[in-house]
Amino acid sequence: MEKKGKMKKTTKTTLTTFGFVAVFWAVIEILTVSGHLSSKLNGLLIPVCAYMIMAISLNLVVGFLGELSLGHAAFMSAGAFAGIFFYTTAGAELPVYVSVPVSFLIGGLAAGILGVIVGVPVLRLSGDYLAIVTLASGEILKNVLCALYIGKDSEGIHMSLKDQFSLGMAPDGKMLMKGAMGITGIKKFANFSVGVVLIVITLIFVLNLMNSRAGRAITAIRDDEIAARAAGLDLTRYKMIAFVSAAVFAGFAGVLYALNYSALVADKFDYNLSINVLVMVVLGGMGNILGGMIAAIILTILPELLRGFSQYRMFIYSIVLIVMMLFNQAPAFVSWRQRLMARIRPKAAGKQDGKEEQ
Amino acid sequence: MALLEVTNLGISFGGLQAVSGLDLSIEPRRLYGLIGPNGAGKTTVFNMLTGMYAPGEGTIRLDGVDITGKNPAFICKEGIARTFQNIRLFQDMSVLDNVKVGMHNRVEYNMWHGIFRDRTYREKEAQMEERSMELLRVFGIDQRAQLKASQLPYGEQRKLEICRALASEPKLLLLDEPAAGMNPNETMELRETVRKVRDDFGIAILLIEHDMKFVMGICEELTVLEYGRAIAHGDPETVCNDPRVITAYLGGDDD
Repeated sequence: MEKKGKMKKTTKTTLTTFGFVAVFWAVIEILTVSGHLSSKLNGLLIPVCAYMIMAISLNLVVGFLGELSLGHAAFMSAGAFAGIFFYTTAGAELPVYVSVPVSFLIGGLAAGILGVIVGVPVLRLSGDYLAIVTLASGEILKNVLCALYIGKDSEGIHMSLKDQFSLGMAPDGKMLMKGAMGITGIKKFANFSVGVVLIVITLIFVLNLMNSRAGRAITAIRDDEIAARAAGLDLTRYKMIAFVSAAVFAGFAGVLYALNYSALVADKFDYNLSINVLVMVVLGGMGNILGGMIAAIILTILPELLRGFSQYRMFIYSIVLIVMMLFNQAPAFVSWRQRLMARIRPKAAGKQDGKEEQ
Repeated sequence: MALLEVTNLGISFGGLQAVSGLDLSIEPRRLYGLIGPNGAGKTTVFNMLTGMYAPGEGTIRLDGVDITGKNPAFICKEGIARTFQNIRLFQDMSVLDNVKVGMHNRVEYNMWHGIFRDRTYREKEAQMEERSMELLRVFGIDQRAQLKASQLPYGEQRKLEICRALASEPKLLLLDEPAAGMNPNETMELRETVRKVRDDFGIAILLIEHDMKFVMGICEELTVLEYGRAIAHGDPETVCNDPRVITAYLGGDDD
């Protein structure tokens, strides 16, 4: 009995989460086919998918590992630049069904490597160090990428951190990366289904990880580091698993995001983006993956929908944020919500209970 | 040969010599008590035995293996498990998962098995589940397996902590003030539990305790610590009547 009840509980969360993605995908497809999707919303589809992956992956670090990361955008940036650099250079001659997957792999790898570089020294410590270091590394990466010039001519690849002219390129040279202008002339590849597939892959990875031995170790470390040590867990190892996995998926999100535009600039992946993703995670409930995804959708689409309010846009945006927070967390709201649910679907609630008892 | 052999163990923090020249020898299946006034260094000894602190001097051998200054994971695998003075459970995890974490180094599979949910994953998880439920049943808390650890009443939290420690299949179990904060009824029940653990699992237990009555009623051998030094050792009867112990506990003239 007990065992079955447990299986059902985790399976139920998993099914709801995947079900939500399926519904999300179906609704968008139907809207697209029937021509009800405005071009503005259509342009937001890929960013929404990318932010959903960002929120899911950051949840690994913030929700499950219990460490604060303020530089998740850095991994997105590393992934985006590495993936797109490949996509616009070597990948340009390859067919799309080869170059796009390889770009994703390269982006994920680059973000993962950055994750290891940031994680190895910091994750040995406990406390707020991770927040500080991730914040700093995000800014460092952004500034370095903003100053990076790469060109290619008959003599090979030239690199400079100064300006375009110090590359000293031959006249036949072609700029690949133009500092603050970033990478331009990207052949756009925007495919909503690819985004959904990536979300599903991320979900499978994160949900299965959290329901396994490694995932239990990660949550144990969050709950009590000393007890986790005494239970014989290798803290650094499990912190690294959570942190680097999150970085790799942020890298995928970065590639997905960048492929949607014809130009890629490092300025986009700044502190604000990291905080936005963090807000999605916190708003959705730490450790609640479905909540994080919903928050990602709302918080990505909302600012665009509010454009009509021109100068009141951010004002309304923040009010919506506060209301959402209250709706999710405030005790009075929570009980009101439960009463409302009970009134709306008393039968459904009863049925579910009955099912669980069987 | 003794299960745990501690010789000349010492540690200092800055200028403070917290423990010095401590010898302990614990036989298999022994119920051993480490007692002493507040600040005598009892928990420090536990921390050195479990690898939380590296001893400044001396050696610790468990079942013939030198574990002095090794990391907690190594020592846990070698067979020492502990509980804490103020309960340290994984509060937001289920009771069952708490025990499964205790089993971390006994039932192993790498993370990719978990991510792909292959046969290794299913077999090992089933094995863990079965063994965890067995352990919980021993302590009569198997009905609570799906609750969050923080939802258990105090006494059951203590039991769960012991359960989690036992899940790592230790040869020696360290209990740090297991009766702290318990009422007389719970204390009596705990005494039975501790004895049962020793008998059923056939392991040695080293416990720290303040409650003299509890210690006298259960321990077969005692060492008394004061200011980081062992001042008496022997069976409860002898120790209880040792004048130095009485002075340490009740205070005495400084002559």
